[in-house]
Amino acid sequence: MNFDLSDDAKTLKDAARKFLDARAGPQAARRVMDAGLAQDAQLWAEIVEQGWPAARVPEAHGGLGLGADEACVLAEEIGRSLAPVPLMSTLAAIEAILIAGSAAQQAEWLPKLAAGEAIGCIAWAEGARSPLQQPAAVLEGGKVSGEKSPVIDGLAATLAIVTVAGPDGPAMALVPLEGVSRAGQETLDLVRPSAKLQFESAPGEALGTAADWVKLTERLAVLSAWEALGTADAARDMTVAYAKERVAFGQRIGRYQGVKHKLADMYVKAELARAHALHGCWAWEADAPELAQAAAAARVASLDALKLTAEEAVQLHGGIGFTWEQDCQFYYRRNRLLAASIGSRAHWAERLVRALERRNRTAA
Amino acid sequence: MDFNDTPAEAAYRAQVRAWIEEAASDYAEPSGTPFALDDFVARCKAWQLRKFEAGYVGITWPKAIGGQGLTPMHQIIFNQEESRSYAPTGLYSIGLGMCIPTVFTHGAPEIAARYVPKALSGEEVWCQLFSEPVAGSDLAGIRTRAVRDGDEWVIDGQKVWTSFAHRSDFGIVVTRTDFDAPKHKGLSMFIVDMRAPGVEVRPIRQMSGGSDFNEVFFTGVRVADSHRLGEVGEGWKVSLTTLMHERLAVGGKPRHAPGYQALMELAKRVETDSGPAIERADVRQRIADTYIADEGISLTQMRALSALSRGQVPGPEQSISKVVVAKTMQEMTAFAMELAEASGFTVEPGSDLDKLQSSYMWSAGLRIAGGTDEILRNIIAERVLGLPGDLRPDKDTPFSQLKPL
Ligand SMILES: Cc1cc2nc3c(=O)[nH]c(=O)nc-3n(C[C@H](O)[C@H](O)[C@H](O)COP(=O)(O)OP(=O)(O)OC[C@H]3O[C@@H](n4cnc5c(N)ncnc54)[C@H](O)[C@@H]3O)c2cc1C
Repeated sequence: MNFDLSDDAKTLKDAARKFLDARAGPQAARRVMDAGLAQDAQLWAEIVEQGWPAARVPEAHGGLGLGADEACVLAEEIGRSLAPVPLMSTLAAIEAILIAGSAAQQAEWLPKLAAGEAIGCIAWAEGARSPLQQPAAVLEGGKVSGEKSPVIDGLAATLAIVTVAGPDGPAMALVPLEGVSRAGQETLDLVRPSAKLQFESAPGEALGTAADWVKLTERLAVLSAWEALGTADAARDMTVAYAKERVAFGQRIGRYQGVKHKLADMYVKAELARAHALHGCWAWEADAPELAQAAAAARVASLDALKLTAEEAVQLHGGIGFTWEQDCQFYYRRNRLLAASIGSRAHWAERLVRALERRNRTAA
Repeated sequence: MDFNDTPAEAAYRAQVRAWIEEAASDYAEPSGTPFALDDFVARCKAWQLRKFEAGYVGITWPKAIGGQGLTPMHQIIFNQEESRSYAPTGLYSIGLGMCIPTVFTHGAPEIAARYVPKALSGEEVWCQLFSEPVAGSDLAGIRTRAVRDGDEWVIDGQKVWTSFAHRSDFGIVVTRTDFDAPKHKGLSMFIVDMRAPGVEVRPIRQMSGGSDFNEVFFTGVRVADSHRLGEVGEGWKVSLTTLMHERLAVGGKPRHAPGYQALMELAKRVETDSGPAIERADVRQRIADTYIADEGISLTQMRALSALSRGQVPGPEQSISKVVVAKTMQEMTAFAMELAEASGFTVEPGSDLDKLQSSYMWSAGLRIAGGTDEILRNIIAERVLGLPGDLRPDKDTPFSQLKPL
């Protein structure tokens, strides 16, 4: 039994942590927020230099050919550092093309995405629709029409994976973004901006089938779970440190059980989620039938951990936690972005139960 | 990542599986109604003896004392395979899981030679005499007294909540031997013969109905000094060995306790006002939550196994186990009963709900036994997250000078 990240992934994680500790973190997030930028372009250039967007791209297409483990640890460290860069969206677009792209599509786009010459985004959202509901957007005669909002990293991206109505549910289209009109879409997350993309007969190509989209959402659920875990751990670490410092009634507040038991609960929820996130990572890498259930559980458990942690982090900081100047807001806000990024908690809980029902039927 | 055994692990598993399939074939799935205590004891003894004869006891213990000298991984493989059957084991989890490791870690070699083999064969049953009416979570506050008299010690006092004391041959008892030292410093641990003159065991009825635990009175009970475990005054340190083994022994979901699958099964059969229960959104959300807790703990154990399999120490994440398991059991079973409306609380032996109901009753004890939910949260906060300890104003005062509140 080896239910643990690979040694290579652990090495990458340590390197990423070190790099992002120095280069990202709440201060960098604040600079981007204050300046209203689409991303930290300098940091993105350095990340491209590190080869992270190339992680999952096969060597034949100029990438590193790494596994799901490596993608997951990158997500975790991006989540921890809040790095204002479009890495998660680019990794997501790469995953879409890996799952569903034709040889020609892979040859055209994977090298560019790996080298940072293209930036990806996943344009699935249409207001209150869920990721598996039929979208209003359409692909007809090589042209995509429709409006997508909010599209995370949609301002920085140059290539969109757009969901369009298909014969059996949402399908994907590959749409370069030159000439597509876009505007910033204000969201609660002020560090990773979103956009409204207006496709008006934009040239695009079909990308795989509806089943490919379902599979992509499962991999993205796993990736988002790791990202959420990283964010939750950072918020908890910050709060634990504060609880060891802050004094009230002649004691460090961390001595009070009302405080320490909340912190223990954050840990419990995070470790429960980590077990599922590992399971999801395994199922993705092994292309196992358990992916549907493992991904859904990872997503739900990680959102639970992040929500509790982000909310109670503010609470345990007291008044200072509620200020604009303090960093709690970043985690509190990111918690809402991640909860919306690829389908809600309720959506995934339902998918989890469906997956369990399918499995039970097969077993019976 | 993979969930596969190494070739050596797979070989051991195959051997164990074949043996259990044969040896445990006559144990059927029990109904929700527990066995009468005598039957339970007899069944456990018979199974323990079979394991003893086949060499599946004391798997990780040194060969010199009658163990198999294998790794924790072997133990876990055996447990996993054993839990596929309905072979009964509960009588020995405290004795073999906690007491005997304390005996051979801290007792003299002759003592280990006397007691370990008969514990392994199941002939002698052991209990853990720690909690008292005045002290459970705050174990170092116990008052049972042991006074030296030549080569012997004389014990007076009272223990409580002692599981299976009424079926035990021996126990390990923590006593106070120095009332003038601070509370953690004046304790000593002994082996006591449960049939010695002056030991009186009175079963206590649990709220779940059965009587698995007891109060135990000691009146002038004599114990030879050779039966002391650890140095005089070191009883706290010795008890930590027991408690460490306790956390390992009572961690996960109790074997065969109903989990998310039981809820799914029930929900498929129950018709509610708004259609079959399995179609109700709140039911589906609850199934998801229960899966995340149950399966999350199993997966967390897999993480620990991976570390053990590599010869490493498992990470601190194991500490989340009992807090998650016990509360999830309580929440899930209560929800399941409510799903069945009024029939959820009518008792009908052998019904669907029977197991869920007894699991609900038992979950309340599980949240207390072996460290309460609150104490376990303290441990996570203090030992894993490094937060400052609770205020312990009585820690440094001689025990005899502590003023009652
Ligand atoms: C089914 C069962 C089997 C048992 N078997 C055995 C056995 O075989 N041998 C044995 O020695 N004992 C046994 N016990 C006893 C068990 O270990 C104690 O009940 C447990 O440690 C709690 O102690 P207590 O009952 O004195 O409760 P208390 O310690 O008085 O606790 C009462 C309440 O106060 C809370 N509390 C106490 N201290 C703190 C704190 N510092 N911070 C926050 N809250 C606190 C507790 O969490 C609890 O909610 C068993 C108990 C049960 C329920």
